[in-house]
Amino acid sequence: MTFLAKVKSGKVLISDGAWGTFLHEKGLQPGECPELWNVTRPDDVYDIAKSYIDAGADMIETNSFGGSRFKLEHYGLADRAAELNEAAAAISKKAAGDACNVLGSIGPTGKILIMGDITEDEIYDAFKIQAMALAQGGADAIVVETMTAIDEAVLAIRAAKENTPLPVICTFTFEKTIEGDYKTMMGVSPEMMASAVLPAGADVIGANCGNGMERMIDIITVLRRIAPGTPLLVHANAGAPIVQKGKTLFPEKPQDMFKLTPRLIEAGANIIGGCCGTTPAHIAAIARAVKLYEKDK
Amino acid sequence: MSDFVEQLALCVERGKVNKESLYPPDLKGQDGADELAKQALERGLQPDTILKGCILGMDRIGSKFSQNKAFVPELLMAAKAMTAAMDHLKPFFQSGEVKRKGTLIIGTIAGDLHDIGKNLVAMVVEGGGFEVVDLGTDVSTEKFLAAIEAHPGSIVGMSALLTTTMVNMESAIRAIKEKYPDTMVLVGGAPVTQQFADRIGADGYSPDPQGAVAILNKKVA
Ligand code: B1M
Repeated sequence: MTFLAKVKSGKVLISDGAWGTFLHEKGLQPGECPELWNVTRPDDVYDIAKSYIDAGADMIETNSFGGSRFKLEHYGLADRAAELNEAAAAISKKAAGDACNVLGSIGPTGKILIMGDITEDEIYDAFKIQAMALAQGGADAIVVETMTAIDEAVLAIRAAKENTPLPVICTFTFEKTIEGDYKTMMGVSPEMMASAVLPAGADVIGANCGNGMERMIDIITVLRRIAPGTPLLVHANAGAPIVQKGKTLFPEKPQDMFKLTPRLIEAGANIIGGCCGTTPAHIAAIARAVKLYEKDK
Repeated sequence: MSDFVEQLALCVERGKVNKESLYPPDLKGQDGADELAKQALERGLQPDTILKGCILGMDRIGSKFSQNKAFVPELLMAAKAMTAAMDHLKPFFQSGEVKRKGTLIIGTIAGDLHDIGKNLVAMVVEGGGFEVVDLGTDVSTEKFLAAIEAHPGSIVGMSALLTTTMVNMESAIRAIKEKYPDTMVLVGGAPVTQQFADRIGADGYSPDPQGAVAILNKKVA
């Protein structure tokens, strides 16, 4: 079955959890390029991917969030974008096997288009290199994630759709405003997002990062209303970060996510996983909650 | 004069850079911060007055931003408009007509790429009569040390926007104090507090650019 057919089968699917924190635990130093590990420490990257599969994920991402040439430029690695992304997908594919799927991760470039310091063509080309390499490495879908600006997200979706045969997922990072509704830091609401990324070709939409599961329920409720027929994905943080003695901690425990998962499904989520602060234990808890939910149905 | 300050403040607040700029659509064809600053200097207004208009505009958009009534694009366009106005003051400073009160070496700390706030501080400090050496973002301890070496007697300013990078200020300050014990270090950025600044051995903290200028003025007085 293709990835999209699985998603549309009506079964709630499980995605993976955080990568960044995991890499740091394994020794990634501040100032070190995470994507370089795909070639220098492939076994460690594989361990992360495999731990999520073992936790019960139906799909895992790739270690390529900052794999655009504009992010890699920072480490003098811009010219190795294709190599590092292809390696990222190959590692996750090995961990996923034939039963599970690989989502090739594409994050923001860090450039802001309206400021005019970069052209649309340059951004499109950077995403094109990344998407093609992820497909080459064995990704089953592309996930354009943590987006906050419509123009950049649309370019990434188009670059993936026009240059690979893969379905595209697009998730934005929303924050709760003082008024109580949700907007990205660029001022984009869930409504504005959906009405731009669906015509651009996104097959699955949703939200990642920035919020714990509780707030993701609010966001999914809105998205479900505006896009009734579109599969929705959530990668929630383990709550809002708190700083203690110079360390960033995420307060939501696996048990908290276990309890909130049924409400997230009720709100309309079709694929559920984690973002910053989540671990294989969180993913296992979500998987258990989904199983129980489907059994009771 | 107050009319001019108000007009410039509006251009900065709305992000109206110059006459050609199509943003914001409702101010199309009107003079922007660029033209207003130029005309003001020609008419003999003080650079101080021009700076005042810029800061007023930035304050307004800044408070809208913190109330979620404006977002990053609006904030960036406002900063761009302010830069356009400040560019006219640069030759004025550099001609030596105004004596510089001192030098601030400023940068965003290692691992951190946020520079909107740091750039605003740099502009306001420059407008306040100091020379500014901007090291950019993701500035390593070595880069700070090299800049102090190149500009002896400077004050150092560090900005951090992430809870994960603000801790890097501590080691940078330690290294600076070890090599240049008399160098004053000023810190700022959204997650930074006075308490945190005290704990890591910084000599000064300000939640905003104007406060940073006040601290610098006290230091050189
Ligand atoms: C020397 O003395 C002084 C004195 C005063 C000083 C001073 C120094 N420095 C500053 N001041 C003071 O004066 C200024 C003017 O009043 C003030 O400066 P500020 O910088 O505080 O204020 C600015 C004028 C306006 N504020 C800002 O410019 C920051 C705005 C927000 C929206 C923000 C932005 C714009 C960006 N981001 Co980032 N970003 C967020 C911010 C959320 C928010 N709504 O505030 C924040 C800071 N980001 C965050 C995150 C997580 C991230 N960001 C990231 C990236 C980005 C962009 C590149 C997209 C962009 C930066 C663009 C740029 N060129 O700067 C990533 C990190 C990249 C990196 N390594 O640095 C990334 C990790 C996201 C990701 N997953 O990729 C969060 C930090 C969470 C935390 N606990 O640490 C965040 C709070 C958003 C959130 N709600 O989660 C004062 O603090």
